[in-house]
Amino acid sequence: MANTKEVRKQIASIKSTQKITSAMEMVAASKMKKTQDTMLEGRPYSLKIKDVISHVALANSEYPHPFYEDRAIKKACFIVVSSDKGLCGGLNINLFKQVISKSAELNQQGIDSCFALIGTKASSFFKTIGGQVIAVSEKLGDKPNPDDLIGLTKVVLDMHKNNDIDQAYLCSNSFVNTMTQQPNVEQLIPLTPEEQTEPSPTQWDYIYEPEAKELLDGLLTRYIESLVYQAVIENNACEQAAKMIAMKNATDNAGDLIKELELLYNNVRQAAITQELSEIVGGASAV
Amino acid sequence: MSTIKINIVSSSEEIYSGEATMVFATGTLGELGIAPGHTPLLTGLAAGPVRVQNGSEEEAFFCSGGFLEVQPDLVTVLSDTAERAESLDESEAIKAKEIAEQELANKDTSIDYAKASAQLAEAVARLKTIQKLRKKQ
Repeated sequence: MANTKEVRKQIASIKSTQKITSAMEMVAASKMKKTQDTMLEGRPYSLKIKDVISHVALANSEYPHPFYEDRAIKKACFIVVSSDKGLCGGLNINLFKQVISKSAELNQQGIDSCFALIGTKASSFFKTIGGQVIAVSEKLGDKPNPDDLIGLTKVVLDMHKNNDIDQAYLCSNSFVNTMTQQPNVEQLIPLTPEEQTEPSPTQWDYIYEPEAKELLDGLLTRYIESLVYQAVIENNACEQAAKMIAMKNATDNAGDLIKELELLYNNVRQAAITQELSEIVGGASAV
Repeated sequence: MSTIKINIVSSSEEIYSGEATMVFATGTLGELGIAPGHTPLLTGLAAGPVRVQNGSEEEAFFCSGGFLEVQPDLVTVLSDTAERAESLDESEAIKAKEIAEQELANKDTSIDYAKASAQLAEAVARLKTIQKLRKKQ
């Protein structure tokens, strides 16, 4: 039977771990609020740019943009948004699972994959399993700057421009609520214009200043960037929510463990006392 | 007096939303004045003020570049958070590529799907075990 000193030591060590996890839970809870606010602040821009893009799609532009072009697919690129830190339950794993299954599906159709990774977790995952990684962006922090993502997006868009890739997917977690985060793999390029419910009443086009090509290039690049940025800040909110839940579970588990160990400790202590008593009684009767 | 709806947004916040009788902005090709009923227009914005006039009131916002879309009843200003130069974009792109190359130097570029799914399955199983432990108690 274990001795009391050992059990006591174990209880003390679990208690200190519990303190850490409960502190992490509180940190995650307060960060979650902030990341959610950031997520909401970013929304107006993505909604407005979406509106503008849908207007552009309706206009009878003289210049059809390559992002809308449905060309034969030889290679796809996955932009994978992950967290920088771990201890957030199955958040990243569930996403990677979707990415890998989609990539395997494409592989069977003879379509190669390459990856642009955001977050330390994604880069360490792809380091172990292989895969052609074209760009990495890490350590963006809790309040990522849209400018930090320009480089990565540009690498992907340049590859598309040079016909190195024909399709791009954006893979990230979407925030349903604090308890649920949904991993998503969405097609980014080619852009699929929303179904036109009614034909536009008149044939119209914008006045472009300066050139249509230049403007649409810029605008659609911004659009893709805004989608990637929105995915990153949403993933951040997911990370904090998942972390809070994971740490809450860990704290609860530690509490249960401590309860069990305390029971064991009392049992051991009781056994020792009983033994001592019976020894004394036995000794006294021997005299 | 007729008005036109105006929205000014940047990627990190909504800057202004309201009605205007006249909007002035600095386009890449020069100063623009937009009145209600303007023909559809798409233009780039240069760094400069965007002024929103509503009757006798006027508000001004600084915009460091971006895009301006005009529909007959709607003006949308998509403002950039910072001035964008092609050279900067290029250097950022090179940075992202470099990190990728450094981290994943001399590595197989084809994915080992079996290994990947095995690794993921293990991680998922581990998580499930933790969840089961939790439910039992």
